[in-house]
Amino acid sequence: MTRAASWAILLLGITYFVLPLLGMVEFSLSMRRGEYSFDAYAAVLADPQFRQTFSYSVVMALLTIVFGILLVVPTAFWVRLKLPRLRPVVEFVTLLPLVIPAIVTVFGYIRLYNTSSWLPLTGTIFGTNLLLMFGYAMLSLPYMYRAVDTGLRTIDVATLTEAAQSLGAGWVTIIVKLILPNVLVAVLSGSFVTFAIVMGEFTMAALLNRPAFGPYLQLMGANKAYEPFALATIAFIITWACMGLIQLVTRFTKHDKAGR
Amino acid sequence: MTDLTSPPPKRRWHPSLTWLGLLPFALFILLFLVLPTMKIVIGAFQRADGSFTFENIAGLFTASILSSYWISIKISVASSAFGCLIGFLMAAAMVLGGLPRGIRSPLMTFSGVASNFAGVPLAFAFLATLGPLGLVTMFLRTEFGINLRAMGFNILSFWGLTITYLFFQIPLMILIITPALDGLKREWREAASCLGASGAQYWRIVALPILFPTILGTFALLFANAFGAVATAIALTGSSLNIVPIMLFAQIRGDVLGNPHLGYAMAFGMILVTGLANVVYIVLRIRSERWLK
Repeated sequence: MTRAASWAILLLGITYFVLPLLGMVEFSLSMRRGEYSFDAYAAVLADPQFRQTFSYSVVMALLTIVFGILLVVPTAFWVRLKLPRLRPVVEFVTLLPLVIPAIVTVFGYIRLYNTSSWLPLTGTIFGTNLLLMFGYAMLSLPYMYRAVDTGLRTIDVATLTEAAQSLGAGWVTIIVKLILPNVLVAVLSGSFVTFAIVMGEFTMAALLNRPAFGPYLQLMGANKAYEPFALATIAFIITWACMGLIQLVTRFTKHDKAGR
Repeated sequence: MTDLTSPPPKRRWHPSLTWLGLLPFALFILLFLVLPTMKIVIGAFQRADGSFTFENIAGLFTASILSSYWISIKISVASSAFGCLIGFLMAAAMVLGGLPRGIRSPLMTFSGVASNFAGVPLAFAFLATLGPLGLVTMFLRTEFGINLRAMGFNILSFWGLTITYLFFQIPLMILIITPALDGLKREWREAASCLGASGAQYWRIVALPILFPTILGTFALLFANAFGAVATAIALTGSSLNIVPIMLFAQIRGDVLGNPHLGYAMAFGMILVTGLANVVYIVLRIRSERWLK
């Protein structure tokens, strides 16, 4: 491939990716006729519904991250240490949420945990929130598990555990004080992806009727002219920030290791 | 896990205790993935009174549902084919095209962002660009007198949705194919040219056959990805385009098909299509790993 052709392909590709972002930002700034302004953003920020749905999604994202860490770190650690033969199986299972579309999973939730079932989670607001959090955790499981498992690969789990045990540490101490700090970067990467996924998620929240940011975006899109584009820009910045932070923490540790 | 702390387990005597560590994870998967999916699959083969039937599956073969599957499949095939092609070309330009190495890291980071930037905001971005009042639409009309609408282009259509889906399909392809392109050994190319192969021959006879499983596997992955995408489609088209995820969404919300078990059957059909695509992906992935180590 010649260099000129490479440049041409790359520039065409970049144009395709930049134009929609440009269009989105341009639209979000043109609420005032004839000049650019931040009016749409002001309108969005002043909307109490924006604040409610946004903070709801932030809280849900944080809860999902905490739950995800509590579930994934001990599991990945245990599989590496005691059940290495099961590793491919567990890894395959963690990829299943990518195979089964979210709309199907949440359909199952609605039918399985309705008010007349054995576990009526959708009967109460708390129960529905809990169910939504489990759904989010399921959506982010492939990313969280992969990140943590890759992190565990870089440390000698068996030796560290034996050393800790001979010093009298219990399992909880080992996981909290030994494993977690060692895979912190991986856990953070997984957490940022989870945050980005939860903030933008639409299907599950909409079908479970919870006031999250995604359904609010869609509602605004159907009813307002300029505000949706301001919201979309905000959503894009959140995604960027999350991915940027992953790069940052990964790079930070690389320097850390090079210094030793 | 607390019961494992003391006394230290002697593994030979309590083999079952080791499995206990997987219990929380297994329970989570069972309750929030396996059982809900089973509920859908079983429901697809049940009447309202719970008796076994093929009526729901047969009910899928009506004109409106079949056409929704057909449109969904067409959009998924088109967006994954173009996604693979363009993603491959961009990755090849980046890895093999002699471009400065500084381009690589930002492009990969951007791919990571863009492949995660799906859903409702993506739909808005394309509405603002190719919609009736969008940036590109207006620019073409005022500067060149080209009226996209009059030419039959509509963002709320097959091609509109396909172009929009490409925004997350191309980056995904770039992310997956770049390591594979890195795995092409320089020696292969040198050996080929020693034997007198031209650049085109090298690609046709050596490189593409090696990359083929990866490319086809990624195609399957992208296909499943597009087939299950709900939010972008709903935010972009409302309910004007009759594709499977939109129909299923409406069915779950308000039983528009008038038969709850037909909804199960539709969802089952979705699992079947995405499941099949993923089986293809996994099989081809295993094949491709033989060469690209």
